[in-house]
Amino acid sequence: MEPVLTVENVSAAYRKNEVLTDVNFQIKPGTLTSIVGPNGAGKSTLLKVMLELHPTITGNVTFFGETYQTAKSRIGYVPQRGSVDWDFPTNALDVVTMGLYGKIGWFKWPKKEHKHKAMSALKEMKMQDYANRQISQLSGGQQQRVFLARALAQDADLYFLDEPLAGVDATTEKAIMETLKMLKESGKTVMVVHHDLQTVEEYFDQVLLLNKKVIAHGPTSKTFTKENIMKAYGGTLHWMGEKR
Amino acid sequence: MFSFLSYNAQSVLFSTFLLGMAAGVIGSFAYWKRQSLMSDALSHAALPGVVLGFTILGEKNLFVMIIGAAITALLGAFLIQWIRSSSRVKEDAAMGIVLSVFFGLGIMLLTFANRMPGGNQSGLDSFIFGQAASMVSKDVWTMMTVAIIVLLLTVLLFKEWKIFLFDPSFAKGLGISTAGMNVLYMATLVLVIVVGIQAVGVILMAALLIIPSVSARYWTESFKIMVLLSALFGGASGMIGTFLSTIGKGWPTGPFIVVTAASVFLISLFLGSKKGLAVVFFQQKKQRKSMELVKMTREVEQ
Repeated sequence: MEPVLTVENVSAAYRKNEVLTDVNFQIKPGTLTSIVGPNGAGKSTLLKVMLELHPTITGNVTFFGETYQTAKSRIGYVPQRGSVDWDFPTNALDVVTMGLYGKIGWFKWPKKEHKHKAMSALKEMKMQDYANRQISQLSGGQQQRVFLARALAQDADLYFLDEPLAGVDATTEKAIMETLKMLKESGKTVMVVHHDLQTVEEYFDQVLLLNKKVIAHGPTSKTFTKENIMKAYGGTLHWMGEKR
Repeated sequence: MFSFLSYNAQSVLFSTFLLGMAAGVIGSFAYWKRQSLMSDALSHAALPGVVLGFTILGEKNLFVMIIGAAITALLGAFLIQWIRSSSRVKEDAAMGIVLSVFFGLGIMLLTFANRMPGGNQSGLDSFIFGQAASMVSKDVWTMMTVAIIVLLLTVLLFKEWKIFLFDPSFAKGLGISTAGMNVLYMATLVLVIVVGIQAVGVILMAALLIIPSVSARYWTESFKIMVLLSALFGGASGMIGTFLSTIGKGWPTGPFIVVTAASVFLISLFLGSKKGLAVVFFQQKKQRKSMELVKMTREVEQ
């Protein structure tokens, strides 16, 4: 099958520190991949580089065989929750409606049909009761679900999520994982930056171990081994030895 | 309204109303870009441009002076960005440097310009504290046109502004160029400042950009209404301040606008329906009372 995402020889840096070195991988359609690695491994940077939010030094990224600029309407992005100011005066439904701005087009205001669509995305995340709630009044988990609902409203084919499960409650974690599995089952492709090693095997069918370069990539059952994890995390991960 | 005033005075009032609205709108964008202080730095940086525009032509031509103001204001903005990105100096310090240096430079040039033939009568001084009365009909038209363009851009691109301010990286994924929006934001901000400084003055122009949006925040939890209120507060401050300053001969406009805007702010701070001090006070009182009630019933039950 044609890969939905191809990353070739990508390197990137912050100021003079190289955070990604010669990264290469391909993602197959209908997969649910976690990007795993220690702090500072370049996980979020990798997402930002692919979405042209951070410049590359070298390398090439293609989506569905096209450049990001031509393919971006088919790509959904859920940034880290901390990347926006939740004090911004708006409500949950309004934020989800933002996912439709690309479809509404320039100079036009959102109409009723768009609000309906946004509402059904909120419903998918079981957040319909909070539609009119101020976003500052939502809990961290609820905010994360609003963000995911906004991406769902975009109706993309390929989704990128940056730490969606960081600091969320159990209900949210369950709701998010159910949605991601549903997306996968309907043939969409999902990539998730993930920090909790204990849940990788349960949640994801593919894993990409990253530490500035790709340490290992493939089906979780074959790739998420003690050896590879040690390689990605260096010697710092003592507790994993007991687990396996 | 104000029918007892001359046609000229009425049109000046109306134009400062529109200017105040435009400043209120752009000010609420600056508020959410966390760049309120940037508008202060930019208006101060416009002064040397105004004076240079005068010096080059040797006469007061608003168009040339506005171009001059825009050039030095943008230069100031560029310098702030450059100092921030290429040295270890932080943005607030960079703004402080640019603001004072450009203003000092402007005052220096102004002393020279005032010695030039015709310089003394040119009313250049009015650019410091603002002198709406010195505006002629051409100035009024320029100000109105710019204000209307800014208001139109706001209405037409409202959702683009909103997502750009709330979540720029997501906006980019939707095909909204953040670089383009930044340029548009900067351009409208500078435009409002340079057409406003004749009426409001370089020192106090920032107040008309900052205070209305801060006041509006106390009344609403909706971005749309915040922008609308900020426009109304700015417009009212502009008009009322200008009106007050025409009572006395030679009274500067800027200070009166600022005092009016500050009064609106004080009212909002205390009586604002969202987080106004009075509302918060009564909410807390109510909460305390119900807590006491709960405590009392518990004690009775025991």
